[in-house]
Amino acid sequence: MTDLFSRELERRGIALPPRAVDTLQLNITRRCNQACRHCHVDASPARTEMLSAEGVAACLDVLERHPQIGTLDLTGGAPELHPQFTQLVEGARALDRRVIVRHNLTVQFDGDPATKQPMDHLPAFFAQQGVEVVSSLPYYQEYFTDAQRGSGVFSKSIEALHRLNAVGYGVPGTGRVLSLVYNPVGPYLPAPQASLEADYRKALEQQFDVQFTNLFTITNMPIHRFRLHLEKSGQYAAYMDKLLAAFNPAAAGNVMCRDLISVDHLGRLYDCDFNQQLGLHLQRDDGTPETIFDFDPARLLRRSIRLGDHCLGCSAGGGSSCGGATV
Amino acid sequence: MSSYYESEDLKKFGDIGRHAGPLAEEFFKYYGMVTGADGALTRREKALIALAISHSEKCPYCIDAYTTACLETGANPEQMMEAVHVAATMKAGITLAHAIQMNNHLDKLVL
Ligand code: SF4
Ligand code: SF4
Repeated sequence: MTDLFSRELERRGIALPPRAVDTLQLNITRRCNQACRHCHVDASPARTEMLSAEGVAACLDVLERHPQIGTLDLTGGAPELHPQFTQLVEGARALDRRVIVRHNLTVQFDGDPATKQPMDHLPAFFAQQGVEVVSSLPYYQEYFTDAQRGSGVFSKSIEALHRLNAVGYGVPGTGRVLSLVYNPVGPYLPAPQASLEADYRKALEQQFDVQFTNLFTITNMPIHRFRLHLEKSGQYAAYMDKLLAAFNPAAAGNVMCRDLISVDHLGRLYDCDFNQQLGLHLQRDDGTPETIFDFDPARLLRRSIRLGDHCLGCSAGGGSSCGGATV
Repeated sequence: MSSYYESEDLKKFGDIGRHAGPLAEEFFKYYGMVTGADGALTRREKALIALAISHSEKCPYCIDAYTTACLETGANPEQMMEAVHVAATMKAGITLAHAIQMNNHLDKLVL
């Protein structure tokens, strides 16, 4: 049976062939110091998956051989908990690539839950390497943030943001980019990105003396932990109806999988991190998985993106991607 | 026994067109124009007004719908609760203002 998203595309005559491979997004570990309720990776301190040293080397090799891949986007879990995180960042920066780190803020204080290694050096390391920091702060108030990410997370996050500000992140004129990420705490769509950014700026500056560069609004994807929550609370069908009713053709045309490739801890390739978490890996014509060890952008550009019902999360309202709204 | 105000019934709002389609069509057009877009008031301000009225009119469907609409237009829980307090003080004020009528009548009755 065709999925809801593909049906909607067909009805409206929209095709989504890949456009480019300009971003390599690596999910290098599922370990995280947190275990958030909406986490689509099901990350937690107990997870052990890590990209191997060979995998790290292969990723750097791919960047070196393919200059059209301008951006390395590091995610997890908490990517800083990977033993070769530093090496990966330094390697990609030495190749003059833009490096984005999806940094959850609290890891600065919690450190590595397994090794107890402290992580308070991160702001200085990020600044020294010139990476872009993208950090989740589900709301500019404690109530929603702690409801989603755990008790005490909001105040720790504010403290971590102060440390990033102190080395120039989010401070105008420094060139150090600090993007915050909003996502709804339940089954509803994000408010328009620009208006929410203005609210965040006002509240964070006035009440907490925190600066940031921009805000990304991201829609909750109906997969894994969040899907389970929706099903348990009897809200799954209503949420899918809402996403479908908010289908926006312009947002559908801009889905991020058209321009990026996602890599898992085993080096397998996917259209995006959501498909990675759903196990929808890319395959070659002979049925073997596409991997970072045998990376061929020309072949990847000929693939069909593996779409599903969950893709409606990318096309609802103002659209949603790892870089926020898409229209 | 059947029950009133099932949350599933919110979806059936469109059915008010039954037996009077053209009137419902006009209503929904008007409703959409007023609540669906920024005007002199933002959609967020309109959602907060609608939330307050949902309470004073005691409509569970509207409370559900406008709690969500408030969040989707970027209102925060403090703003939403304050809107409900506006509805509550209006109700209290209106009740108390009628004491003037009572006092007027009292004045008439008392020798
Ligand atoms: S911080 Fe991010 S990766 Fe970690 S549990 Fe929360 S959502 Fe998942
Ligand atoms: S969920 Fe992934 S595959 Fe689906 S539209 Fe979004 S980015 Fe593309």
